[in-house]
Amino acid sequence: MSEKPKLAMYWGSACGGCEISVLNIHEHILAVDEIFDIAFFPCIADFKVHHVESYDDGYIDVCLWNGAIRNSENEEMAHLLRKKSKVMVAYGSCAYEGCIPALSNLTSKEATFNTVYHDNQSIDNPEGIVPLTEVEVAEGTLTLPEFYNTVKSLDQVVDVDYYLPGCPPEPPQIWAVLQVIVAGLLEGAPLPPAGSVVGVTNVAVCEECERVKSEKNIEKFYRPYQINPDPEQCLLEQGVVCMGLATNGGCGALCPQVGMGCRGCYGPLPGVEDQGAKMLSAVASVIGAGDHSMEEAELEEKIQAVVDTIADPAGTFYRFSMSHSMLRRAKVNGSNGKGEA
Amino acid sequence: MSEKVNPEQERVGVYVCHCGSNIAKVVDVEDVATWAADLPNVEVSRDYKFMCSSLGQDLIEEDIKEKGLTKVVVASCSPHMHEKTFRVACERGGLNPFMFEMANIREHDSWTTDDEVAATSKAKALTNAAIERVVHHQPLEQLPVEINPNTLVVGGGIAGISATLELANAGHHVYMVEREPTIGGHMAQLDKTFPTLDCSACILTPKMVDVGQHPNITLLTWSEVEKVDGFLGNFTVNVRKKARYVNEEHCTGCGICIEKCPFKVSDDIFEVGLSERKVIYRPFPQAVPKYPVIDKENCVYFQRGKCKACQIFCPTEPNSIEFEQEDEILSFDVGNIILATGYDLFDVKKIPQYGYGRLANVFTSLEFERMVNASGPTEGSIVLRDMESTPKSVAIVHCVGSRDENYHKYCSKVCCMYSLKFAHLVHERIPEAEVYNCYIDMRTPGKGYEEFYNRLLEEETNFIRGKVAEVTDAARIPEEEGKLIVQVEDTLIGRQRRVPVDMVILSPAMEARADSKEISQLFKMGCDFDGFFVERHPKLDPVATMTDGIYIAGACQGPKDVPDSVAQGAAAAARVAGLINLGTVMMEPVRASINQDECSGCKICNNMCPYNAIIFHEDREVSEVITALCQGCGTCVAACPSGVITGAHFTNDQLFSQIEGILWDVRPEKVTA
Repeated sequence: MSEKPKLAMYWGSACGGCEISVLNIHEHILAVDEIFDIAFFPCIADFKVHHVESYDDGYIDVCLWNGAIRNSENEEMAHLLRKKSKVMVAYGSCAYEGCIPALSNLTSKEATFNTVYHDNQSIDNPEGIVPLTEVEVAEGTLTLPEFYNTVKSLDQVVDVDYYLPGCPPEPPQIWAVLQVIVAGLLEGAPLPPAGSVVGVTNVAVCEECERVKSEKNIEKFYRPYQINPDPEQCLLEQGVVCMGLATNGGCGALCPQVGMGCRGCYGPLPGVEDQGAKMLSAVASVIGAGDHSMEEAELEEKIQAVVDTIADPAGTFYRFSMSHSMLRRAKVNGSNGKGEA
Repeated sequence: MSEKVNPEQERVGVYVCHCGSNIAKVVDVEDVATWAADLPNVEVSRDYKFMCSSLGQDLIEEDIKEKGLTKVVVASCSPHMHEKTFRVACERGGLNPFMFEMANIREHDSWTTDDEVAATSKAKALTNAAIERVVHHQPLEQLPVEINPNTLVVGGGIAGISATLELANAGHHVYMVEREPTIGGHMAQLDKTFPTLDCSACILTPKMVDVGQHPNITLLTWSEVEKVDGFLGNFTVNVRKKARYVNEEHCTGCGICIEKCPFKVSDDIFEVGLSERKVIYRPFPQAVPKYPVIDKENCVYFQRGKCKACQIFCPTEPNSIEFEQEDEILSFDVGNIILATGYDLFDVKKIPQYGYGRLANVFTSLEFERMVNASGPTEGSIVLRDMESTPKSVAIVHCVGSRDENYHKYCSKVCCMYSLKFAHLVHERIPEAEVYNCYIDMRTPGKGYEEFYNRLLEEETNFIRGKVAEVTDAARIPEEEGKLIVQVEDTLIGRQRRVPVDMVILSPAMEARADSKEISQLFKMGCDFDGFFVERHPKLDPVATMTDGIYIAGACQGPKDVPDSVAQGAAAAARVAGLINLGTVMMEPVRASINQDECSGCKICNNMCPYNAIIFHEDREVSEVITALCQGCGTCVAACPSGVITGAHFTNDQLFSQIEGILWDVRPEKVTA
């Protein structure tokens, strides 16, 4: 092989969108091909695990890991690729902070299996078969990875050098980050400090959003289909839950600018421990219900009525950040889930 | 935050206080100190009998100098007690005073349990939390705040008058706001004051006159505070001066208008419905200010557009009656505020079995006060509701609404004494009358009070120890016919008694003003479940509140008699005068600040600051906290969705470390590889 730097990309529990996003950086993909040798990238080239296992430690220069850690295969591969890679990038929201897969931390493995294999109108499973980690057949023992109770982010399993948020990351940010890494690898340019979140502005999405912001007083929340929002005014002020305030910028505020509340996929701002809690706290602060003259019980009722118009608060405020949140997961069978996988 | 601290390199001194036996009796303080010595960052850990003593403070000071401590933790009492003491000790040792943290192992621990194992374990958790927090502490500088020398006193009763005169006589300007047309409060309605039987009006009215004439006092009666902004030293107050329809500059107070007014209504306030007053009126002859007020609701001119008798007969030039007058909103700045808003009397109709309102000759204490008052509706004669018959027997019922699970659990403190006073006044005016005092316990603590009780025993008042069950007119025997029968268990002889009397006087509880909750919100200070305002410390800081610059005096804080109210008024004035004399006070630097580079200008925070301390820069599209206005409440810090507002001394690092520290024995290992 040539002396080009080696690039790997692999997926854990993911939808595949992150791989596509890399291919979606337009003509820059040709530059990627020119700069890098692909060392492992099952989505676009035929590699096997044993190829990776055969590499020396640190052989891969950059590994873009996408997807959360949902099962033992994800975890095993994360350890393997960490060992073989100089720079490990948590690529995309799942790898960064759990994303949609981690919403299942609000329930348990049993409940998830029940929905997927038993209690679902599209299921036909009269024998009640569920995946097992081992099953004996005439030919011998078949194995499957173990499905964990708790979905973890990549950094909850291995050390991560950089985080590139987004669901998926936006092309200009991907290309900018690749350029920085390439400059570091080829020209010895300084790399961002390990542990950095890259491809972000570190100022909330609102900064990039052109909508006009004023003081907020929300009397009712709307789901996207319930309202045709004013094109100029801040969405949150109109009752559309927009996570832009609590979300790191860098995406160019694409969603809010076309009338869709920011979902929060770029994650929290620096120094924020829990994006969902921060947003909840902000929203709670601007609910317009009742006034000071009311008795506490009456006021509480009024506030509750407004709060009740928020559909699926956990899924709304923690859509991307459950693994990294202080909640981390719901209790399972009386355990707080702290020890178990 | 100029010097950046490095939590890894901090050298913490830990001091665990015995507080005599207050802590050491339950908490194994030596064990806590020994245990803490091995914790990360801890340089020295000691236990000591009294950390707040000079010797205890010296320990801290010496260790800072000799062992190079950078942070100090004292595990002892509440920070309300001694945080300042230890901060100053740190300062003497050469540390910034904010490099200190206190763990409360007394109020939050040793005083809550007898379980030594649990208490010691909790003391460790609290101490560890303080250690893990303190390593993140940043040096902070106190902020100087100038004190506006003017003061607002709300309420013109005896407590407010006392406070106002103390300040005014010391040369400070006072705005006194009273919602009634005159100052004087409840005391102006009373006849005699116990136990000396001074004439209430005789001792009160000179003080009222002083207030009315004092050059340092701006008296605003018939006025209410509508809005309060600002903070200690710099409050801005809006007062609604209700239309009096009498020009105070022109009116001489001659009273001809009152005389000529052809309409009368029941005087439900001052004379508690026992007599009538004119529609243009002054509540009582010695009212201050002397200007009358038109009762718009009942004024025929206002209702039907005809009459104007008052204006026609007003002799002043120009005419003092101004029907077109409107409410005025006055705005002024003060440095401190004293609330002396007084009390309401319990509504005795809430206890229907005592018959008030149904049985004519059941009276309230205030009705009786007016009746025995020489300037009252009966000119001092004690008569029944027909306003002529003299009662031959009188029962006085104590604790009406007080010490009662159904109404107020507390003792109203003054009722025993004024009930005794009533008994004395009945003896004095109607020597042949039988007087019964039905009491639960006789509470007469105070100078000359017990002696007064003895005097009544000698005057042969009948004392019945028991709570009255009911007052009825349903006679069972001929002797009870036409009488009110007081059904009471006499617990001293262990028997039910039915006492037939002509007149019953109910001594109702003193309760918080009906609108005390709104008042407490207006002034941003606390009131308790009963509605009384809460003092900063029940023993050591009885007239201050948890809000700097707001003081309380008199019965708005809890039931109180005249001498106590006067003392509290003066005490509050002394506190205020002290601040005025200082001119500038140093305020806690616990303030919020917004990182100007990271603010996205989302405008979540802008309208939630209770002190209006957040401004928005339209040009840069970022928000900023004006430090001088910020009171460090933390509302915006919690609300900021980007986490770019920091509350000094309450940073994320500090709070999360504290929480993790308290959970030291159960915290999960960090979830990492």
